[in-house]
Amino acid sequence: MATINLLVNGRVIAAESGSSVAAAMLSSGITTFRTSVSGEPRAPLCGMGICFECRVTIEGQDHARSCQITVQDGMVITT
Amino acid sequence: MIIVVGAGPAGIAAARCVLECNLPVTVIDDNPAPGGQIWRGEAINLGAAQLLSGTRVVAIDGRARTVLTEGPGGPRTLHFSKLILATGSRELFLPFPGWTLPGVFGAGGIQALVKTGLHVAGKRIVVAGSGPLLLAVAALLRRRGADVRLIAEQARPAALFSFAAALLTNAAKLKEGAGFAWTLAGVPYATGAWVEAAEAEGHVRHVHLRQGNRRWVEECDYAAIGYGLVPNDELHSFAADSEHVIPVPTGDVDLATLEGAAAGYEAAGQPRPSAKLERARRFGAVLARAFALDPELRSLPKSDTFVCRCEDVTLERLCGWDSFRAAKLHTRCGMGPCQGRICGPAARFLFGWQDTSIRPPAFPVRIASLVTTTLATNGETS
Amino acid sequence: MIGGGATAAGMGHLAVMDDSDPQFALTSYSQALWSELAPQLPPDAEYLPCGSLWLAADDEEMAEVYRKFAFYQERNIAVEVLDAKQLAEAEPNLRRGLAGALRMPSDSVIYAPCAARWLLEGIPVFLGHQVSEFTDEGVEFANGHRFAAGSVILATGTAITRALPWVPVQPRKGHLLITDRYPGFLHHQLIELGYLKSAHSVANDSVAFNAQPRATGQILIGSSRQFGTEDSTVEQDILSRMLARAIEYMPGLPTLSAIRAWTGFRAATPDKLPLIGLCPGHSNVYLATGHEGLGISTSLATGRLIADHILGRLSAIPREPYLPGRSFDGHD
Repeated sequence: MATINLLVNGRVIAAESGSSVAAAMLSSGITTFRTSVSGEPRAPLCGMGICFECRVTIEGQDHARSCQITVQDGMVITT
Repeated sequence: MIIVVGAGPAGIAAARCVLECNLPVTVIDDNPAPGGQIWRGEAINLGAAQLLSGTRVVAIDGRARTVLTEGPGGPRTLHFSKLILATGSRELFLPFPGWTLPGVFGAGGIQALVKTGLHVAGKRIVVAGSGPLLLAVAALLRRRGADVRLIAEQARPAALFSFAAALLTNAAKLKEGAGFAWTLAGVPYATGAWVEAAEAEGHVRHVHLRQGNRRWVEECDYAAIGYGLVPNDELHSFAADSEHVIPVPTGDVDLATLEGAAAGYEAAGQPRPSAKLERARRFGAVLARAFALDPELRSLPKSDTFVCRCEDVTLERLCGWDSFRAAKLHTRCGMGPCQGRICGPAARFLFGWQDTSIRPPAFPVRIASLVTTTLATNGETS
Repeated sequence: MIGGGATAAGMGHLAVMDDSDPQFALTSYSQALWSELAPQLPPDAEYLPCGSLWLAADDEEMAEVYRKFAFYQERNIAVEVLDAKQLAEAEPNLRRGLAGALRMPSDSVIYAPCAARWLLEGIPVFLGHQVSEFTDEGVEFANGHRFAAGSVILATGTAITRALPWVPVQPRKGHLLITDRYPGFLHHQLIELGYLKSAHSVANDSVAFNAQPRATGQILIGSSRQFGTEDSTVEQDILSRMLARAIEYMPGLPTLSAIRAWTGFRAATPDKLPLIGLCPGHSNVYLATGHEGLGISTSLATGRLIADHILGRLSAIPREPYLPGRSFDGHD
């Protein structure tokens, strides 16, 4: 499977093309996707676009569900 | 035009049946590719159906027979003659101390993530919750090289016996079950057991399990916990009174496929009775009884456990209200972006509340997607 | 349910207004009461002293800014005129080219359902009961239970006409939409001065730009006004027009995520003033309704005026303009 690169919080991570942003981030060892309103670290729960725990900023779009978006080479992501 | 919302087993079956009746059909699906949760990542042939992936239904107007959608190309309004809602199910999550820790996924949740590229080889994983999905998930994890520590099923052996008996009458299910048993050889399957707590700083490192009076700790890298399925029926509530909207009952993949097909034929004006569907419905009812939730699970969350993860609302703050709407209004429970999809069913189990205050948009969308008419202005436009 | 009606549906904007002298008297008196109460309010009342900006799109509206400025200054209300540059600095997400704004620094924002719950603390509340009968001696519930009382206050919003069909209150439907959290996107309650024009047009459905920063970082967007409907459905065409208007003022809005839209019904009266005081034909029954869009703003003053009447006290402002028995001649 082809490997592409994502830029997550300024760091380059490798991802398999076709995978979701959430799966790629988790596989690269990223554990915190967002900080909850009371300050807790949060990461994906439902994996299917329902729970909104996997929200990150993707290409400038805030509150994007990383589990429902497929990786693109050079994608810029911030948590 | 007949429109199907959802490209899982039910939606795909519905679309195929509409096509079979020589009518055009459009399928709208939120996921990047068709297949739903069951067939996520698999090659799906939808024939001549028009597929709109990565597209959400924002609103339904039952009178005008239109759906407003948000997709890769922006917002669109589509007209329908019949609208089939095959929106499937999501997992039921029950709050417990530590369920908000990173590394604690749903059972279907980790399944979906693995199917979209999550690596689990070598990871120690505890699978817990309820239902046959746990077996399918554990088998998938094991095939991908994970170290499945155990499966904790909340249902008790007596209840499971009725499920096993029903399995014996269903050859396909029996074969599937045997396959899981083969893949899962050596993995402990604890019944009447559940995860009481997940712990460690910043990420799950171990979970506390309980089976009756027995309590123990299991170290793990991930926990996959789901208590069965709840239907995604929010969309239907926006057009419940329209005769042109056909909701598809949910169920396991066989039932969903048959229900979807029935809806497809109905939408095409050629309803077909099916003995198979009746059998599948009976099997679904047996399944629901066998995996009915133990009332003791209501004591899983402690007073400081968050029930609403979007707004971080604790169990303590929810006690004392008499309805979901009152609790929502006064505690913000369910006011976050999941729109109560996670805490709503949990609150229904914990308090018996029904969420009656479902508001549009059906899904959080860009404001731009809600602007469908142009405004006449006094020469001033943006 | 406490605060489940218009209280839950409204914006919770605590504003001083100048449509008329009685409106100014009531809103400024009530705002002073809210300011006094502010330090005691619980956190979930989300009191946010953000101030308001009345936006002038052009020179004609800027003239209105100066008129209002003079009006408030004369009455010792803190007020400030912002020119185009100052406005752009105060709210960078507004579109360029606006003429300026009137800043009302004492205006604020509140989450009304929780404030209402807090105000009721220590008071016995009977929820889930319908009052079937009220007299000068008390009320009777639909279940037959009688409750004796020295005074009865009917504060039922638009529902007042179910009990008293003659009361000149009409439901005026409004839509609102709230976004996900975008802290720092918006700093003040913003209202276009065109709002005044549209708020006064009774004949047609109207929309006007109105945006509010919530303590959570969410943005609440309004507004719409419709008469002649009691259907609470969110109407896509109205919502769409309302948001299009908002986007004209804030071009950055389209990419923000909308979480929820809803509707509510303002209790509107022909002369734009609420009905506060003794109900005609009764000696112990009082009305507290008809506040249209200013119910939360003027709630505390409303309570005071009725309490003053019951206790035989003088009030801080004249009570006559709001008496339910007043003449509505000349107003349709």
